Amino acid sequence: MDDDDRIFKALADPTRRHLLDRLFERDGRTLTELESELEMTRFGVMKHLRVLEDAGLVVSRKQGREKLHYLNPVPIRLIHDRWIDKYTEHRVAALADLKNELEESA
Amino acid sequence: MSTMTAQATQVYSVFIKATPEQVWDAITKPEFTEKYFYGVPVRVTPETFDGGQSAQGTVVEFEPGRRLVHGWRALYDEDIAGEPESRVTWEIEAQEGGLTKLTVVHDRLEASPKTAESVAGGWSYILSGLKTLLETGEPLVA
Repeated sequence: MDDDDRIFKALADPTRRHLLDRLFERDGRTLTELESELEMTRFGVMKHLRVLEDAGLVVSRKQGREKLHYLNPVPIRLIHDRWIDKYTEHRVAALADLKNELEESA
Repeated sequence: MSTMTAQATQVYSVFIKATPEQVWDAITKPEFTEKYFYGVPVRVTPETFDGGQSAQGTVVEFEPGRRLVHGWRALYDEDIAGEPESRVTWEIEAQEGGLTKLTVVHDRLEASPKTAESVAGGWSYILSGLKTLLETGEPLVA
């Protein structure tokens, strides 16, 4: 499995997307905090967090005795640059061509 | 999705197919930074982080190929420039398979909410561009 596979797989689950949204709202949370907002066992949340960490979407850092979880948006940016820019660029170029053609024939 | 509440500690991480030394050079040498850091030639010495009109700060830790810690006072916007200095930490770690993990921690942003909001999207853009530059030799945007 390459990096892109791991990211898409991690994002393919609604609970994991929910966890990312929770971290987007407020970053640097402990497992206990995240667990309290989900109808799920501690083990279940841990499992999802591990998939997110393996994909690089969540980075955990130790602060004192606590392990804090942070949303890392860089892999999403890379997906954006790799997949989204490429296609929107073509669409924008196609619209620009269409505009030129229409204006020339007018 | 709700609006972004700017975070007082922000963490960004990326794996790059390059050596720690190459990553260090890409962070500290202007000929590299101008290709991904919003076109800004950044000069880093053991004393100062000089990002010209973008941001400036005093360097507090300078370990080539491993770690760079410096202050961050943004200068690109008047409102933001008035906020207290925050802190940026660059951690460089060699990984298996010729990869290097680069982590940027931007913290001490508690009293600088405008800076926090402003840099939130910026670091993703910068790290994505840095990875692309080191892996392909080409800047992300022409």
